[in-house]
Amino acid sequence: MDSAKLMTMKEAVSKFVRDGDTVYLAGFTHMIPFAAGHEIIRQKRKELTLCRATPDIIYDQMIAAGCGKKLVFSYAGNPGVGSLRCFRRALEKSQPKTIEIEEYTHFGLSGRLFAGATKMPFLPMRTNLGSDLPPQNPNIKTVKDPYTGIEVSVVPPLRPDLAVVHVQRADRNGNAHIWGIIGEQKDAAFASKRVIVSAEEIVDESVIRSDPNRTLIPDFVVHAVVHEPWCAHPSYTQGYYDRDNEFYMQWDEITKEHESTMKWIDEWVNGVEDRAEYMKKMPQEKVKKLLPKACMSAPVNYGSV
Amino acid sequence: MMDYTANELMVIVAARELRDGESVLVGVGIPNLAANLAMKLQAPGLNMVYESGAVGSNPTRMPLSIGDPCLVTGAKSICSMYEQFAYYLQGGRIDVGFLGGAQIDKYGNINSTVIGSYKTPKVRLPGSGGACDIASNVKKIIVITPHEKRRFVEKVDFLTSPGYVDGKQKWQELKLQGGGPYAVITNLCTMRFDDVTGEMTLASVHPGVTVEQVQENTPWKLKVAEKLEQTPPPTEKEIATLRALDPDKTYLG
Repeated sequence: MDSAKLMTMKEAVSKFVRDGDTVYLAGFTHMIPFAAGHEIIRQKRKELTLCRATPDIIYDQMIAAGCGKKLVFSYAGNPGVGSLRCFRRALEKSQPKTIEIEEYTHFGLSGRLFAGATKMPFLPMRTNLGSDLPPQNPNIKTVKDPYTGIEVSVVPPLRPDLAVVHVQRADRNGNAHIWGIIGEQKDAAFASKRVIVSAEEIVDESVIRSDPNRTLIPDFVVHAVVHEPWCAHPSYTQGYYDRDNEFYMQWDEITKEHESTMKWIDEWVNGVEDRAEYMKKMPQEKVKKLLPKACMSAPVNYGSV
Repeated sequence: MMDYTANELMVIVAARELRDGESVLVGVGIPNLAANLAMKLQAPGLNMVYESGAVGSNPTRMPLSIGDPCLVTGAKSICSMYEQFAYYLQGGRIDVGFLGGAQIDKYGNINSTVIGSYKTPKVRLPGSGGACDIASNVKKIIVITPHEKRRFVEKVDFLTSPGYVDGKQKWQELKLQGGGPYAVITNLCTMRFDDVTGEMTLASVHPGVTVEQVQENTPWKLKVAEKLEQTPPPTEKEIATLRALDPDKTYLG
């Protein structure tokens, strides 16, 4: 059994992330791979095209650290809190440097990934019409529906160089079980040329095969597998740890100035070796508060004659 | 009669718009409270659907974000982001969508993208997220917003999510499959939209509010319905149920 894919986050980023890459660090609120973002910052990758429906704090940090050249997105806010201040500083004041933007709606961007994953030439959708967004983004076009003659909005496929997908459990080859909010994880993995899967737990292949409906990503689209507990903090991993809403609110304070942001990044990203050290630094009280109550699903029978 | 705040009234009036058995696309904060309140009162069979792909959620606490883990525990179904927009929204399965924004104009167009120009923003806002997709596809758009002059504008700086664009005729030409703006609920009143022109029209004033007060806070000459109504004051049951939903006053503070 080939387990050459199993490596540390440091090795995976070093091997699979290049300057100038188009990257998609997946996860809609759930299982955002912060540990990968932090490793990309530590390894000083630059000129990246950062794609995410919700840039969230992870891209706010990477923008502040100077990793990004361009942001492809559909909702650039701190969910439930307000602004992403580092993104706004880059856009409004070119601090620390200027950032290009390419903006879609959520349907537009998730549709681009779906089209990328399924090699569609483009994807028609019932949105964008009447909005001021298409005139600002020449990638959002209209075509005539060949059946009805009506103008429809279309978006092009997105094929990132790299996707990072965090999951609850995977085997050493990258067969990945995901549950809870599944966001754009599967689409991002299938759309991308290289895929890093990080997992809270590495399990035996028999665990994966005991519940194949839960395998959203099969091993043959995966290039690297990283065992990375707490990878998603301050976002969450359903059933493992809850969302650190308190940190999402604190981020608004931390990022008031570029200097205060960098001070945080120097302490919590550049100042630690890896995710394990980041978690060791985390007050135990806080960690305890994030542990969820159990809520087990009823078992299902996959048997056959 | 019990005392209540303007925010509480806004949530209660919004909750009254929801019918049992409807599917509603919910945002966080006030719309989430309104949907939860309706579920506890007249609409126990309401389906709460979130942009994050959570369908039929049954949260035991108030979520901070639309992807909160409490929306997953005990939900009816979870689908991917693309499936949520494709099967549920574009598939025509959602009756009501709640939207908000920095600006709204007299045809119900919403701006949540930028104040100033797109290329040189005065204030950059988060952008559409799913708002434009929701506005284009739900049967009824309901906007909940404080009634302030800076929010109500004759024309939005940037049209993120289409209402009736520049009138119902233009909207019909676009052939959007949704039903368009249905109601705007503020701390002062409820407004609806003219059947023919698509223009925002004052339909009901909240208790103790005058038409003049509404007009003072609306920067264009607001149309008033022929049969102007008075919003019934909140009942004790509505207020007590609402307060139990947000005991720490996270959203109603």
